Amino acid sequence: MTSPQRVRLRLSWQHPEFRAILYQIIVVGLVALAAWYLISNTLHNLAMRNIATGFGFLDREAGFAIGESVIAYSPSDTYRRAILVGIVNTLRVSVIGLVFATILGVVIGIARLSSNWLVSRLASCYVEFIRNVPLLLQLLIWYAIVVELLPGTRSALHPLPGVYMSNRGLLIPSIEGPSVLAVAIALGLALLASALIARGQRVAQRTTGKQYRFWPWLAGLCLALPLAGWMLTGQEMHVEVPHRTGFNFEGGWALSPELFALLVGLITYTAGFIAEIVRAGIQAVDRGQWEAAQSLSLPRGRVLRLVILPQALRVIVPPTTSQYLNLIKNSSLAVAIGYPDLVAVVNTTLNQTGQAIEGILIIMGAYMTVSLAVSLLMNWYNKRIALVER
Amino acid sequence: MHNAHRALSPVASAKPPSIRVTLWESLRRRLFYSPSSALATLLLVWLLVMVAPSLLDWLLVKASFRAPDAQFCRAAGGACWAFIREKHRIILFGTYPYDEQWRPLLATMLLIATIVFTCIRRFQGRGLLMVWPAVLAAVAILMWGGVVGLSFVENVRWGGLPLTLILSTFGIAFAFPLGVLLALGRRSRMPAIKALCVGYIELIRGVPLISLLFMSSVMLPLFLPEGFSIDKLLRAQIAIILFAAAYIAEIVRGGLQSIPKGQYEGAESLGLTYWQQMRKIVLPQALKVVIPPLVSTFIALFKDTSLVVIIGIFDLTQAAKAALADPAWTGFAVEAYLFIGFIYFLFCFSISRYSRSLERGLARGHDATTNR
Repeated sequence: MTSPQRVRLRLSWQHPEFRAILYQIIVVGLVALAAWYLISNTLHNLAMRNIATGFGFLDREAGFAIGESVIAYSPSDTYRRAILVGIVNTLRVSVIGLVFATILGVVIGIARLSSNWLVSRLASCYVEFIRNVPLLLQLLIWYAIVVELLPGTRSALHPLPGVYMSNRGLLIPSIEGPSVLAVAIALGLALLASALIARGQRVAQRTTGKQYRFWPWLAGLCLALPLAGWMLTGQEMHVEVPHRTGFNFEGGWALSPELFALLVGLITYTAGFIAEIVRAGIQAVDRGQWEAAQSLSLPRGRVLRLVILPQALRVIVPPTTSQYLNLIKNSSLAVAIGYPDLVAVVNTTLNQTGQAIEGILIIMGAYMTVSLAVSLLMNWYNKRIALVER
Repeated sequence: MHNAHRALSPVASAKPPSIRVTLWESLRRRLFYSPSSALATLLLVWLLVMVAPSLLDWLLVKASFRAPDAQFCRAAGGACWAFIREKHRIILFGTYPYDEQWRPLLATMLLIATIVFTCIRRFQGRGLLMVWPAVLAAVAILMWGGVVGLSFVENVRWGGLPLTLILSTFGIAFAFPLGVLLALGRRSRMPAIKALCVGYIELIRGVPLISLLFMSSVMLPLFLPEGFSIDKLLRAQIAIILFAAAYIAEIVRGGLQSIPKGQYEGAESLGLTYWQQMRKIVLPQALKVVIPPLVSTFIALFKDTSLVVIIGIFDLTQAAKAALADPAWTGFAVEAYLFIGFIYFLFCFSISRYSRSLERGLARGHDATTNR
């Protein structure tokens, strides 16, 4: 293996290459044997219990209700539809969780480095408490706080105008009307267009050395396009503020206690870990970089944006990616407080049908797909910001 | 006294001129040194003033520490710590027979004491490798009984803190060697072995632990031959070990990668076999590098054992749920969960503090005591 010219394979125990091949054959053989043994046992057991293998059960009627769902669902729908509801619910929690956990994590990470004693002390207390208690327990505590300690709907807490908190969950104002979709799409287009313009400006700056202003484009597009969408679709959009009707509330966007506890738990927990990553990332940037940039008389904001953050991001992004994946996987703890995520729905399904193997395969497949997608995206981003060494 | 000292060694004790810092001055420097800092301070103080009084009210002032029944607690309007006083035995020991609960208590203390001794530098060495099996055996005897005059207690009745500790210590004890083997396999030059290890690690790391626990509770019985069954606790323990091993493997791999090539080559030039190279040269260095992330993984594993509640195993959380199920004392879930949260916090916080001191020790380069 180490000699440059190819040595003919000798069938001798003394020959390292022969030994390596033999070891591999033995190991693979053992694994295959174990797999065959388990599979044959499983097939026998399934036959004994009269459980048909395969994904045919997906088209049967599910017959169980799901507490909340984004897409339409009724118990007479198929298992396929039920599982889809679960996937959408998991994705909803993951996406909202990722966004807010990142924001909170960055804020707390920076707060830990603040020279304000109160700010840094509170931030480090937060991190210590959050990181040293199991997430499951935190979810149970949040859920119990909502259900047991918050008042009933009649005396709901009212911390901000239009926001109500009670033991039935959280109510916030919603935006309703036929124009909402158009405005949302227009906003997306505006962001996409701004990204393209920013790219063009960077290329132009690299060739001409001239600096361009980006924010007028961003502000202009983000105002003009949604406004156009609103005008074109008949200006039908309004904010709906929840209001009391006797014993209950009407209007607004309601978060059930389960979803509320799950989101708060996931966000605060993951933010504790992201905060530590952000702190370590900023501390990893050499002090000399600050001093050098300041000696060029760059203003502080630009020092942070142009010199410090690009270097800190290299340290921050890879571990943050695994925190993102953790958040997505941790959302499966929803099953403990009764939020119908993918794992909860599949668990009900496999209890009803006995299709354990298929159910577990669906869970694994779904999480693998989402994890791979997130890590591909983050790896692509990481490659863009990574240090290019000559 | 002070002056005399100064006269003897004028250079060593020459301090910078002391500036008298008044309270106001130090407050200003710490909290109000800039407009934005002052704003942040005021905002936080306002928030604390808003939240802290009602929180303290609930936690301490209006709380009932002794109460004959739940009605008394509800009338007081605060936290009901009397509930914990009433139910602490079931929360800590689950459904273990009441008169025999000194056994899990002793087992718990034995485990904790051994963990503490393991963490103290002076006791680290080969001797611990003898102590641990003995302690684990003693714990098994205490918990199961059936010998030396102890009555037999089957493991469905185990619960609470000892169960949590057992799941995590046995988990670490078995996952660690498995993880090291997987890491070595992943760096192996044999493609088939490497592929198997990569496949295993990525598959396990890609899915949530609770799907593995479900798998252990519904699928493992299908895998086994008819009439042969493993009990629920052991199945959960296996799932935890398989899960933790994949994470440990990735961390050990990082350590292996940090060892310079020269070390491998040097070991090879001495004519050591692969296993000798790894055991005597590479692994000791690699493992030392990754102690801090390994400790965080152990903390994560300790916290993750709480998930067994989902398949109905009687760990601390499930025991708390059982305590809550008493109709005479319903509605004190927050208190119960805060109580176990506090127990978890004590363990995890002390381990992470220990890890930090270890890190500092390693950074200073006191190698002689750790590498015996």
